[in-house]
Amino acid sequence: MFFELPVISVAIWLPIIFGILVLATGDDKNAPLARILAMVGAVLGFLVTIPLYTGFVRDTSDMQFVEMHAWISRFNIHYHLGVDGISVLFILLTSFFTPIVVLAGWKVIEKRVAQYMASFLIMSGIMIGVFSSLDAVLFYVFWEAMLIPMFLIIGVWGGANRVYAAVKFFLYTLLGSLLMLVALIYLYNKTGGSFEILDFHLVAIPMTAQILIFIAFFTAFAVKVPMFPVHTWLPDAHVEAPTGGSVILAAIMLKVGAYGFLRFSIPIVPDASHRLAGVMIALSLIAVVYIGLVALTQTDMKKLVAYSSISHMGFVTLGLFIFNEYGMEGALLQMISHGFVSGALFLCIGVLYDRMHSRNIADYGGVVKTMPVFAAFFMLFAMANVGLPGTSGFVGEFMVILGTVKSNFWYAFAAASTLIFGAAYTLWMYKRVIFGAVANAHVAELTDLTLREKVIFTVLAFTVLGMGLYPLPLSEILHVSVNDLLVHAARSKLP
Amino acid sequence: MDSMTNFMPAAPEIFLLVMTCVILITDSLLKNSSRMVTYMLVQLTLMICALITVGTHVNGVTYIFHGMFVDDLMSDVLKLLTYLAVSMMLVYSRLYLTVRGLFSGEFMALTLFATLGMMVMISANNFLTLYLGLELLSLSLYAMVALQRDSAAATEAAMKYFILGALASGLLLYGMSMLYGATGSLGLEAVSHAIQSGHANKTLVVFGLVFVVSGLAFKLGAVPFHMWVPDVYHGAPTAMTMLIGSAPKLATFAFVARILVEGLQPLVQHWSGMLVILAIGSMALGNITAIAQTNLKRMFAYSTIAHMGFLLLGFISGSIEGYGSSMFYAVVYALMSLGAFGMIMLLSRAGFEADTLDDFKGLNQRSPWLAFMMLLLMFSMAGVPPTVGFYAKFSVLNAIVQSGYVWLAVVAVLFSLIGAFYYLRIVKLMYFDAPETHTKIVFEPDTTLLISVNSLGVLLLGLLPGALMSVCAVSVRQSLLLH
Repeated sequence: MFFELPVISVAIWLPIIFGILVLATGDDKNAPLARILAMVGAVLGFLVTIPLYTGFVRDTSDMQFVEMHAWISRFNIHYHLGVDGISVLFILLTSFFTPIVVLAGWKVIEKRVAQYMASFLIMSGIMIGVFSSLDAVLFYVFWEAMLIPMFLIIGVWGGANRVYAAVKFFLYTLLGSLLMLVALIYLYNKTGGSFEILDFHLVAIPMTAQILIFIAFFTAFAVKVPMFPVHTWLPDAHVEAPTGGSVILAAIMLKVGAYGFLRFSIPIVPDASHRLAGVMIALSLIAVVYIGLVALTQTDMKKLVAYSSISHMGFVTLGLFIFNEYGMEGALLQMISHGFVSGALFLCIGVLYDRMHSRNIADYGGVVKTMPVFAAFFMLFAMANVGLPGTSGFVGEFMVILGTVKSNFWYAFAAASTLIFGAAYTLWMYKRVIFGAVANAHVAELTDLTLREKVIFTVLAFTVLGMGLYPLPLSEILHVSVNDLLVHAARSKLP
Repeated sequence: MDSMTNFMPAAPEIFLLVMTCVILITDSLLKNSSRMVTYMLVQLTLMICALITVGTHVNGVTYIFHGMFVDDLMSDVLKLLTYLAVSMMLVYSRLYLTVRGLFSGEFMALTLFATLGMMVMISANNFLTLYLGLELLSLSLYAMVALQRDSAAATEAAMKYFILGALASGLLLYGMSMLYGATGSLGLEAVSHAIQSGHANKTLVVFGLVFVVSGLAFKLGAVPFHMWVPDVYHGAPTAMTMLIGSAPKLATFAFVARILVEGLQPLVQHWSGMLVILAIGSMALGNITAIAQTNLKRMFAYSTIAHMGFLLLGFISGSIEGYGSSMFYAVVYALMSLGAFGMIMLLSRAGFEADTLDDFKGLNQRSPWLAFMMLLLMFSMAGVPPTVGFYAKFSVLNAIVQSGYVWLAVVAVLFSLIGAFYYLRIVKLMYFDAPETHTKIVFEPDTTLLISVNSLGVLLLGLLPGALMSVCAVSVRQSLLLH
């Protein structure tokens, strides 16, 4: 009975409808109602995605839970949704984080509560749409629509330099998207009038065109990941975004870029992907090593975690473009893990920021004396960020390094340096913030976690540890789809 | 079917003309306080025109008056949209003009004459009819811009508009006369046949074409013939700017389509080359210059230039799909432009024009609903889904990629990225900045309802664009005969 419901459509539209309802509660007089409504929407939104996991058939790479309706017949565009082993995990990640973000902004956001909560709910629906679209135009619509709420989230509720960050974020991402649009239209004409992503996977394309398409996709996806030369919007956006915004950015938005590489670049233009893999690997390694060093010098906690995210995402793109099973599966696990870990770290910083209104490392010291429970949670997430065995961070990094060794030892050598840099910047920050003598009177007055915060962190801690100790439930879902993708990637599509 | 006795296809035009005369006489008998009667009469006239247009629709293409006038699906669709745009413009501008003392019988009569001009342009099938419609529209607009006699800016704008407009008409006529000399005919079909057959003097034809294209570019406001646009948009009272910026774009689309496609399709390689330059110039100059504007009406003027560049792209593709996408673009643009100018008028009060960027600061705090409506309009103009502006750009881009102009598509999206910046700035001002004034916004029920319908329409058409797209595609396909 339950499976006859269009599960994905419900997962997309339920949060959006709740978002509109929350908006309708109007101004801040009704803020409590807005909060409760948002929470109900977010939790329901999570619950409806559970059948995607339980009902998922693990031994096929075909699309599942498929929905298909005609949408714009003039261009043969369909409302076509479906998930495979790759996208289903991202959908779960998205719906999982929505209640957490709502909860994280429960007390902190006091102005324009309804608009804030609504933005996140709508955002959540749109992102699920991105991960489940099988029609290129539908994908593009969701992809671009994502920009509008995020632009407002950063610009309205952000910090001092929020406007600059919001505009930078918007224009950077729009540049890439528009070039992608041209590539999609080109492919539409190439396939003889189909916008089905799966049809794009089959069409033969000459090398020059493949390379141009790859570049167009690259500008779109690399900006979102973000990869090395186009990463500069991320620290700005993160620093200025409210905690919830940072969490969504780090945990989900960055994955959208890597997902794009998986769904578009690699299977649609495999020959160009192989040809340009060297460049991609080089950029990834620069991100891993150079950005790791940059992170070391940060004085702002949020900036530090933002740079750490770029460095970790470098691992992901590295894993994708070495084209073997370990690399790709590791990259996917790394993405999921990074979602949880970086989300948790931003929440930790949010907890401190709410109390002290400072993100400066120098303003802290000896927090463990006043917030012992918090210090313990923070420790766990910091260790996961470093990639300590037993936490989720380890599995992905290990697999990517393993995969890289197979293709080239020196790549692996450079990539493995992150284990040192990562440990250095994360633990050094942790030491300066948490340990030492109590730095000032403000730190001495800190209060430990509230029940609401404890709930959030407990859930995240269990997930991080669970994934680290027993990753099988995730990898068994990925496995078949990843293998299929690799088969696609290995098949030349030159005419 | 071509006969001198069949008047039915021109019934809407005839009815409108009669009603305009009736309204002129009635209005002169009315007191100033009962101007609403005229207003209601005008709205009623437009509504009946719509009914007549629907009622007299026949399948296929009908020529009357010895091929001077054509009635087809495209003309009917465009006419219906023109009535709608004009009627919306009247609703938006009623209060705005009343407090400025411009809500007069002349205004409404001129509006109807301009509408008649547009209808003639849409249905013309002969160089002379085309010119007749264009001049009727233009002369009415010149007078409307000058209607605010005590405003120096408006007078200056009217003067510029008139002189440059007259020059453009001259160019157009000169081009037409050359084509007439080369082909011996003024009928679009005959001109097309004559060129196709190769009997016409090629040099003369192409020479004439250059003048015709220049004249068209003038009317569209494409670079380098755009000089009048910013001054006129800025100087004219906002209601007139709205009229200039909305419905005439539909008529101009028809005008360009009739001349270039129906009349001069055999010269497609020649004119599409010229249009490439016009389009790139318009998109570049329009988008880049708009960034520097602090006045909203001026900014929209430059944005219009850029949008017209985009509209031309559809013609460049030289395919029937391309012309359909251009028509879709024109319709969507008219809708967005109505909303944007409507918002300016909604926020304006007696003696105060809300036409600078600063007037939009903090609108979200003064009225979240209006801010959201404006947000939709701005994202639509920038071409961000899920608004209809995206599909307008999408279908045009698709058409040019199909014709092999991938590089042109890349150029177009790069310029629309630049364009996104200044639309985004308005959203930024509305949402991120603190308001400069806390004057209460006066909500008139009719305009508030209309702006909501208008902006939500932009969103709704963005979610379900298929129907309108198909209407445009089908009407172009059925109407523009490629001889």
